[in-house]
Amino acid sequence: MIDVVVLFFLLGLFARLVGSDLRLPEALYETLSIYLLLAIGLKGGIELSRQPLAALAPQVLACMALGFVIPFVLYPLGRALKLAAADAASLAAHYGSVSVVTYAVASAALARQGIAHEEHAALWVAVMEAPGIVAGILLARWGMRQVSTDSTAAPAGSWGTLAHDVLFGKSVLLLAGGLLIGAVAGEAGTKPIEAVFVTPFKGVLALFLLELGLVAGGRLAELRRFGAAVAVIGIGVPPLLALAGGAVGVALGLSTGGVALLATLAASASYIAAPTAMRIAVPQANAALSITAALGITFPFNLVVGIPLYIELARRWAG
Amino acid sequence: MTLAKHDKTLLVILAEAAIEKALVRDARERGAQGWTVTEVRGAGRSGVREGAWEADRTIELQVICDEAVADAIAAHVLQAYAPNYAVSMTFSRVQVLRPERF
Repeated sequence: MIDVVVLFFLLGLFARLVGSDLRLPEALYETLSIYLLLAIGLKGGIELSRQPLAALAPQVLACMALGFVIPFVLYPLGRALKLAAADAASLAAHYGSVSVVTYAVASAALARQGIAHEEHAALWVAVMEAPGIVAGILLARWGMRQVSTDSTAAPAGSWGTLAHDVLFGKSVLLLAGGLLIGAVAGEAGTKPIEAVFVTPFKGVLALFLLELGLVAGGRLAELRRFGAAVAVIGIGVPPLLALAGGAVGVALGLSTGGVALLATLAASASYIAAPTAMRIAVPQANAALSITAALGITFPFNLVVGIPLYIELARRWAG
Repeated sequence: MTLAKHDKTLLVILAEAAIEKALVRDARERGAQGWTVTEVRGAGRSGVREGAWEADRTIELQVICDEAVADAIAAHVLQAYAPNYAVSMTFSRVQVLRPERF
């Protein structure tokens, strides 16, 4: 059975495809995304308060390495599919980084199926956001140096401003902030805010997915502009990345749910942090191309087909 | 009673929200004393920008200043951002009451 939150996503997608006038106010989108990031962080943080942090170092390092390596694998693939250097690098960065909402849907699916997972997994999400973006920027700068030496248009940001924008950008700040608050306050400390941040979580996720369905539907219409390469990457790449993520999860000795989550994170593509960062760092890249792949194709694919697949993978490898 | 009015240039820059910070910084460096930013949505040669989520936002940056300052800002934007970002700029003559503020 398809998870109820995914049905909301499909409703949004449908509304967009039939040209409905449904539109969620932008302020609501903003509020919901802040809520989700904080709530996910808090949940992970509460779990962090229960265990020694040093023991988690191998997981953190492995997650960061995974996020960093993915773009280096995808870049040659993008080039082979005739994408320009900047486009291939930008696309690779989107897949190296992660989608928090895809993670949230996967963990909801696990909960519904009664599969336990490491509750501190939000920590993995927080540390996997940035490495893929950094790798993508390195690839872009290297790749464009190969094809031309002209630098007429200066990039809008130095490494310093970029680091600032990624590390203190909304998603990492709220996730890491939530983790920290949860870790400091612990279970007892966060009890008073449970009614806001824990209980209604899934309902809020459903509403957010309705909005994302509308947005993704809009990107889907752009598909014609980019042709087969983007569709091939959008659908073909996530399951392969999930295999890599799952393998890392097994090597780390994670639970079945943990392996499924890491596979999902590896397979997911960022559509919040990465597009903004890449726009500034690699302005030559066609932003619509990466976003169409990440949000128009991969996100719906992971929600409907990918996550059940990755859970099954985890069952076989770690069950 | 007729108020004393002074001519100034209103420079309006429509651009992707991603470069808002850079635009504001560059405008200030070139002599803009104040600016107003609003979020907008619309479409153009770069496609439809609905402003529905982070990477899809568009801003309108308004700067009222001397013509020379507006020209300096616009020339820089044209050179630094226009090749790769969705940017459009318009100029209009406006009248202000307290010219030293702009």
